Amino acid sequence: MEAILFYLTATVAIFSAIFVTQCRNPVNSALNLITTFLCLAVFYVMLESPFMAAIQIMVYAGAIMVLIVFVIMLLNLGLAVKSRYTHGLAGGGVLAALVLFVSNYFIRVGEATGTGGSVTSELISSYGHTELIGRAMFVDFLLPFEIASILLLVAIVGAVILSKREV
Amino acid sequence: MVMTPEVLTLSETPWLFTGVMLVKIAVAFVVTLLIVAYATYAERKTIGRMQTRMGPTMTGPKGLLQPIADGLKLFFKEDIIPAQSHWAAFILAPMMILAPAFISIAVIPFGGDLHFNYDGVLYAVPMQITDLNIGLLFIIAMAGLGVYGIVLAGLASNSKYALLGGIRSTAQMISYELAVGLSIVVIFMLSETLSLRGIVAAQQLPLWGLESVSYIPNWYIFCQPLAFGLFVIGSMAEINRTPFDLPEAETELVSGFCTEYSAMKYALFFMAEYANMITVSAVATTLFLGGWGGPFYGWINFLLKVFAFMFFFIWIRATFPRLRYDQLMFLGWKIMLPLALVNIVLTGIAILLW
Repeated sequence: MEAILFYLTATVAIFSAIFVTQCRNPVNSALNLITTFLCLAVFYVMLESPFMAAIQIMVYAGAIMVLIVFVIMLLNLGLAVKSRYTHGLAGGGVLAALVLFVSNYFIRVGEATGTGGSVTSELISSYGHTELIGRAMFVDFLLPFEIASILLLVAIVGAVILSKREV
Repeated sequence: MVMTPEVLTLSETPWLFTGVMLVKIAVAFVVTLLIVAYATYAERKTIGRMQTRMGPTMTGPKGLLQPIADGLKLFFKEDIIPAQSHWAAFILAPMMILAPAFISIAVIPFGGDLHFNYDGVLYAVPMQITDLNIGLLFIIAMAGLGVYGIVLAGLASNSKYALLGGIRSTAQMISYELAVGLSIVVIFMLSETLSLRGIVAAQQLPLWGLESVSYIPNWYIFCQPLAFGLFVIGSMAEINRTPFDLPEAETELVSGFCTEYSAMKYALFFMAEYANMITVSAVATTLFLGGWGGPFYGWINFLLKVFAFMFFFIWIRATFPRLRYDQLMFLGWKIMLPLALVNIVLTGIAILLW
């Protein structure tokens, strides 16, 4: 049952990902990218990570893609854009596949993320996925979390200064 | 002899579970659709009275059949798809605005457990389609997806007015989504759960755990009035109700993002508006007004609170003029967002101290 659902979702995810690169109209590409993100959210649910699924939809489908569609809307991109950028596709594909394999390797050997790690489905069902993530983020990995938030703060301040005409 | 009720599971009683689930979905869907239909009637009637008019009176007794007549009329009208439009997105847009509004209803608890006997076993069925342990995040995520309907409608129509309406709406919804999301962070700081059922259960205790005032329930509106205000104002902006209905400002934009739509697709946009109103009222009831708790039986309390909220939205529409666009952005980013952040910090300090 779950395997059937997985293969169905995976098919949709892969085909919509292919269409993202192949569509002539940027609006269609954006719509297909949203479909891919929704499929990823389904995968997170299957991996017993409902929190990640909700964040995936909220951040990627709900915020980032809205901004991309917004830009498409403002610039009113036509069909002319696509034909100019076809040569890089193959190289980009190979690069993405390489990155995928390397990151897959590191995820498998890592202690916090690998299949041999301490986070098992029994732990998730007894303790709760959201609670586990909260504990990992605000107790175990507090320093990296704070460093990342300072980095984001710097980026926000930079964006405000760049977009302001006079400071 | 008192039996402890069993909980239905998919693995032990698959057919019964599926049957009960389908019935729950059908009931929730039909009831929501009925409320959507009669919310239009209630709105026209209330606004009519507030402007010393009668509102609809002709169709049926006191005009009660008006929503059905409207629905039939729109259903049989010619469906026009503009030749210059982007047809796939044009057809998709009304669906993408209506679906998230209805999906959010799935995680809202309408009442306590229902008990029934089957094959000599007592089963308890919660009056909620499903209790996700990330229920609140699910609702925020679905609200975020609702933007696409308007964006696509504006983009696909290939019309200036629709495009302007769509751009305004996108900017407005992104801004207010942030404020709404941050304003309800305090709820799960207090209740320590994301499940809506858990949040309602946390609100049934006496206020602040004090036994001396045990007649006042611990509704979060009492300890988080600021969050409640931010949530109501923000959601009003997010679902494009007056005074925040700039995307469809008639005097400037004809009809905004749905200018080019006709027949049933046009009706879907309006159904989505009312469905969103119901969802927001139901979420506000669950988060701040103690869900199904109150003097009457479970779901009656819940519906009464939801109707009170919807009346409040209609009342606001009859009372306030529309905001100017810069005022809208000023309110969202410079007043509501900082207030929500301050509220989170203050609540955090209060939780640490007590």
